[in-house]
Amino acid sequence: MQELSMNLLDIAQNSVAAGSTLTELTVRIDTARRALTLVIADNGKGMSEETLRRVTDPFYTTRTTRKVGLGIPLFREAAETAGGGLTIESKVGVGTTVSATFTLGNIDLPPLGDVAGTVVNLVQCNPELDFVFRVESDGEAFCMDTRELREMLDGVPLSTPQVALFLREYLAEHTENLLKRSNLI
Amino acid sequence: MKSLEELAAIRDRMKNIVNTREADENNIRIAVGMATCGIAAGARPVLNAFTEEVARREIPHVTVTQTGCIGICQYEPVVEVFAPGKDKVTYVKMTPEKVARVVSEHILGGVPVAEYTIGAAQR
Repeated sequence: MQELSMNLLDIAQNSVAAGSTLTELTVRIDTARRALTLVIADNGKGMSEETLRRVTDPFYTTRTTRKVGLGIPLFREAAETAGGGLTIESKVGVGTTVSATFTLGNIDLPPLGDVAGTVVNLVQCNPELDFVFRVESDGEAFCMDTRELREMLDGVPLSTPQVALFLREYLAEHTENLLKRSNLI
Repeated sequence: MKSLEELAAIRDRMKNIVNTREADENNIRIAVGMATCGIAAGARPVLNAFTEEVARREIPHVTVTQTGCIGICQYEPVVEVFAPGKDKVTYVKMTPEKVARVVSEHILGGVPVAEYTIGAAQR
């Protein structure tokens, strides 16, 4: 994974697979504390304590098709390499929250990459599910909620290519200045 | 800066096109493999390129979506095209640069780009 946004996409897909109907993605940048935090929170089926204990093991997966599951281990590796760490909170029937922290300015911190594109990919590919995307950067914030977009679209699917293209440009423009603070150190 | 007002305009423009039963039956589905393997191999720019090409050329009845890992990770990014009444076509090692040709020749022209398909890659 060359960009953290790819990890974000990958982990959010786990939420979708877990039956989440509302997945919240947050990118938090605090330059004073040199902290970057990525949070993926869902209301999916959650994990048992047993599963939770094994989930960062690359040779553990709930899939039956093959024996490796690399999404969470890769994300943890990225966080730990860049002076941070990964925590997962989960409760069966309630949902799962994955939080990864990174140290801004760490030489091994991968670029955030195309976060806006990632969020739109999720929305476009899962038009019947809801997503909230938040960027909080040194006290400034931007938020997109598909429940509001859905109401506005009045039956036109979020998967419509024209809608997806607009959203990508809209999100990129509105989050660019907030997200680029992650490079300033 | 773009505002959500523009989204309302898109809604009004698209409403007549996308919301009919006929649209569903004629729908061509472009599915990009977006599991860990696909994402790592560069599936996301491919998905974006398809979306952009379809949207900018205002091609109706085409959905660009995702699929999981179909077990041929070495060929990622993999793209499957499902057109009504036709066999599925599987494109392998896709790049954003290959997208325009697939859209012109296959999605619009109805003729798959044979050299990008898994059949050509395995030969």
